[in-house]
Amino acid sequence: MRRKGVSYSKYGYIFSLPFILVFLVFSLYPILYTAFIGFTDMKGVIPKPIHILDNPFQNFKELIVDNVSFRQSLINTFILWIANFIPQIALALLLTAWFTNRRLNIKGQGAFKVLLYMPNIITASTIAVLFSTLFAYPMGPVNSLFHALGWSDAPIQFLQSRNTARGIVSFIQFWMWYGNTMIVLIAGVMGINPALFEAASIDGASGVQTFFRVTLPSLRTILLYSLITSMIGGLQMFDIPQLFITPAGGPDNATLTTSVFIYGQAFKGSYMYNKAAAASMIMFIIAAVLSALLFYLMRDRGEAKIRKQHKKIEKAAKAAARGM
Amino acid sequence: MARTESITARRINKTIIYVVCIVLALLSILPFWIMFVNATRSTPEIQRGLSLLPSSHLMTNWHVLTSKSFDPLKGFLNSLIVSGFSTICAVYFSSLTAYGLVVYNWKLRQPFFTFIMCVMMIPAQASAIGFYQFMYHMHWTNNFLPLILPAIASPAIVFFMRQYLLATLSLEIVEASRIDGSGEFATFNRIILPIMMPAIATQAIFAFVASWNNLFMPLILLTDKAKYTLPIMVSLLRGDIYKTEFGSIYMGLSLTALPLFVIYFLLSRYIIAGVALGGVKE
Repeated sequence: MRRKGVSYSKYGYIFSLPFILVFLVFSLYPILYTAFIGFTDMKGVIPKPIHILDNPFQNFKELIVDNVSFRQSLINTFILWIANFIPQIALALLLTAWFTNRRLNIKGQGAFKVLLYMPNIITASTIAVLFSTLFAYPMGPVNSLFHALGWSDAPIQFLQSRNTARGIVSFIQFWMWYGNTMIVLIAGVMGINPALFEAASIDGASGVQTFFRVTLPSLRTILLYSLITSMIGGLQMFDIPQLFITPAGGPDNATLTTSVFIYGQAFKGSYMYNKAAAASMIMFIIAAVLSALLFYLMRDRGEAKIRKQHKKIEKAAKAAARGM
Repeated sequence: MARTESITARRINKTIIYVVCIVLALLSILPFWIMFVNATRSTPEIQRGLSLLPSSHLMTNWHVLTSKSFDPLKGFLNSLIVSGFSTICAVYFSSLTAYGLVVYNWKLRQPFFTFIMCVMMIPAQASAIGFYQFMYHMHWTNNFLPLILPAIASPAIVFFMRQYLLATLSLEIVEASRIDGSGEFATFNRIILPIMMPAIATQAIFAFVASWNNLFMPLILLTDKAKYTLPIMVSLLRGDIYKTEFGSIYMGLSLTALPLFVIYFLLSRYIIAGVALGGVKE
């Protein structure tokens, strides 16, 4: 009888155990607990015995049907995300095209990358408070600047109008994140097979043609990756809307995001844990559905096919080995 | 003829590109520059108008700031404890999990990896209410542990480490150390961890910055002033007691941003390379 070597496979389980345990205790249990709270009457500071509501979905129903500010928060989250993501990806793509174009040979690229990425590293809460101070009324730095440049006669109350408040919050998000997106995209371009670019240049393609016909199609996976991470981040948008304008939510709830709504329901004096939990679950479901959708679009059809074939070959090899 | 034309066209093009890049770079610097400058100016000076040159009220602003129970040193220390330990947990255990995924052939390996990919998509706020209630019943609010321990399960870092190991680790090293009689954990700690150092360094920077910048969880869990982290302290600057003290608000903001600026400019090359590595999913 041939002796089988020592099996090490149990170490796979052992090494993954800390992750699994911590996930079960600190993530899965809280998620299930949150879902459970969403069906109950839990509220108030002093813990009382809690009950599942007669109509378990009442919290959800009230949020979706009756609660205007919750619906508004979903709409706001979407508006703020779109308004920062589109210019963000557009500028990032433009800069990527410039920085990766060999013929242009932009000098000082390293320094530009370092500076453009810089806002991303600083605490979002610091940036939120900083910008709210910069846009102060009547004499904040931005107002002084506008006055000095002759753009405005009287001080502007930037934070009192829905559109400027939204615009500035989107701008801050854009300003913090386009450098990050740019670096990710540049790395993606570096990963493209240089032969493709060579072929394009031999065929006489111009810079613009190369970018649209070679670079962009090869970047598909990375673009979708940026889309997913940005979307998850956008759904969680909290620090900036929470701290930028007081009271949080801005004029007429124009910058009330879902996260700010959840925080406000549960932790800012009203202690409506059940409503907040139901809102979290709705947000979770939206994130799950959107992620699934994007993953479906992202899946590489060719690669899936290759993997399938690979598995078949492996199986056949194993069967053959056993047969020997 | 056509050639000179295209050269002028390119020159104009390049000028536009440099102008745009310089404007963007200024846009990145300016808000922070104003912040640092205003930290040295008095409130009346700030209200009189914009200046790009520092003034002489640094110490006054510091005194006003600290007289209102703003204790940046305490906040700095608290943030350092939370971010430091959660970074260690995140990189060590993520490396361990990734090693388990790459080196050992176990039945649930593929499902577990798919599962990690899914976990990456869960927004933090989805579990916040339950997490808070759970910690409240455990009497763990105002404790740093709930801010540190969850870092052990960091799916994004596991994902990154797995990709790194797949690309760099040859299983012969593991085999060789087994023949030399090294146990599995000893192999990981003494041989694999040093190999993974470049990946660990980049991920450590990101884990640290993410934890340092985290506002949502600490804001929910910490109610004791002595336990506040820096982002919570920043959020206090928004409150009424500082309403008219612009100089000290800027001072407070500068203090929270300064350590990150220092770290960033020391490590910017690695940070940029790290973002790039993290972004390429091949």
